[in-house]
Amino acid sequence: MSDITVNAAGARPKKKSEFVRIMKELSRNKLAVIGVVLIILEALIAIFAPLIAPYDPLEMNLAETFMKPCAKHLFGTDDVGRDLLSRIIYGARYSLSTGVLAMIFGVVCGLLVGSIAGYAGGQVDNIIMRILDVIQALPGMLLLIVLASMLGGGFLNTVIAMGVGAIAGNARLIRAQIMKEKSAEYIEACDSINCSKFRIVMKHLLPNTISPIIVSASMSIGNYVVLGSSMSFIGLGVQPPTPEWGALLSDARSYIASYPHLVMFPGMAIAITVLAFNLLGDGLRDAMDPKLKH
Amino acid sequence: MSAPVIEVQGLKKYFSTPRGMLHAVDDVTFKIEEGKTLGVVGESGCGKSTLGRTIIHLHEKTDGKIFLDGKDISDLKKKELKAAREKMQIIFQDPYSSLDPRQTVDATIREPLIVSRRYTKAEIDEKVEALMDLVGIDARLQMAYPHELDGGRRQRVGIARALALDPRFVVCDEPVSALDVSIQAHVLNLLKKLQQEKQLTYMFVTHDMSVVRHISDDICVMYLGQVVEKCEAKELFRNPVHPYTKALLSAIPSTDIDNPNQREILTGEITSPINPKPGCRFAARCKYATDACHEPQVQEEIAPGHFVRCCRCHEIG
Repeated sequence: MSDITVNAAGARPKKKSEFVRIMKELSRNKLAVIGVVLIILEALIAIFAPLIAPYDPLEMNLAETFMKPCAKHLFGTDDVGRDLLSRIIYGARYSLSTGVLAMIFGVVCGLLVGSIAGYAGGQVDNIIMRILDVIQALPGMLLLIVLASMLGGGFLNTVIAMGVGAIAGNARLIRAQIMKEKSAEYIEACDSINCSKFRIVMKHLLPNTISPIIVSASMSIGNYVVLGSSMSFIGLGVQPPTPEWGALLSDARSYIASYPHLVMFPGMAIAITVLAFNLLGDGLRDAMDPKLKH
Repeated sequence: MSAPVIEVQGLKKYFSTPRGMLHAVDDVTFKIEEGKTLGVVGESGCGKSTLGRTIIHLHEKTDGKIFLDGKDISDLKKKELKAAREKMQIIFQDPYSSLDPRQTVDATIREPLIVSRRYTKAEIDEKVEALMDLVGIDARLQMAYPHELDGGRRQRVGIARALALDPRFVVCDEPVSALDVSIQAHVLNLLKKLQQEKQLTYMFVTHDMSVVRHISDDICVMYLGQVVEKCEAKELFRNPVHPYTKALLSAIPSTDIDNPNQREILTGEITSPINPKPGCRFAARCKYATDACHEPQVQEEIAPGHFVRCCRCHEIG
């Protein structure tokens, strides 16, 4: 009961907002703090890329191709002499934002569809789930390609295409959770005090079912970063020569044996991002569960 | 004799299952007067909880009539239903699952008041404090979460939530059977105290005979969805007539070591509530059963206010 503050003379404790409580809880978790710091750092790098990057990420220099990491080019240079460090710094802009936006799009739509299906049940559930079955029956990459070619390439369309692919999975996850919770007695109690369906879903079912979604969503950001890169590789995502992390990886794939650093540094950037979001996701899950409070 | 707060006539609740109709509540009729408690007893699965939930419209009834304060509330439109529901509340069996684990005590008690839209914020603050005092929860626990409370305190929160809108009728669905024995008495006494203060009418569902004796004015004994015997509490314990009631009462442990009671052990399994045969549902386990028991049974008033559904009640009573 550590967060119940008892004021002088037995006064009633102050109400604290749920958000403040979660943030406080999160700040006690060292790993989660590391995750948050890494994410903030990456975000800052992305925002202030022009100030930080030592070179123009698009500027070719044929006199300095395939340089190993050295004082002049900390991460070395690629096949046309572009500075890899600068390209990774600028790449953070595209990679992070595709990942985060695709996640948000997929989660918001998934929550909406999944909670309607789970709570309504019956025919509504049946129809929604069969449509999702069709979406999930298509191979993910194929769906992505079809959508992206329908919408056309580019940043925003890639985000939408990736998000649509994620709706089915998220909806299924939230539907299962809601079906489990909706027969609980506290939901019956809500009925008996005349709570509207909207209120039951928003105030009771979602808060009690959202943790697995938050965890899976924060972990999926890493996947979207990689997926976004695959899209740019086949020419449907962010267009070259835009320095996107996945694009950097695929550009370097032919030189992996002779110049492994070209693969290593963008790979590390992706790995660190995935790690950071996973740490945050784990921390959030613990912080959001009042039962795990110390 | 005051007017009945709740009156139920021929109430039926069937659930459709893949194997047929499950008769959870079958033709139940009773009245409860203001400030009185009707105890409903029976073994698990006899439909006693379903009966309570159907009366307060948590389940939709299959057939029959329900009256609240003399007004027919069986088939209400949405708006009237809301008003009627506020007057009928339920206290659940399991205080571990009947409270939202992510809501504080304050939020749980506050919710019915917010939803009813009858009060301003300041009035709600005041009411929440008053309710917490009423059910005996320390003010310091206002922002506590359910998992931080013990079973008795949680049940008090559940009671406070049920009483927030000043109901007329409260279904107590085994409110103490999930609690430690030491806490059971506290909660039972609280329920009694609240009944006296607020003139509440209770329907008290339980399988615990000693609890029902302590709290009820009248008792209904249910078996497979039907009321087999109904009378005043004292009369039931003094003069049980239906063979099932007798068996049930003989199961109460005796505290007299020199005079242990003769238990009547029922043999056989409870028959299926799915598509039951028209006769007495207890006949398969009843030692007095004859051919007449397999005909449909009628409820008979064998003494003033003492109803029995058994064709042989005069011979065996």
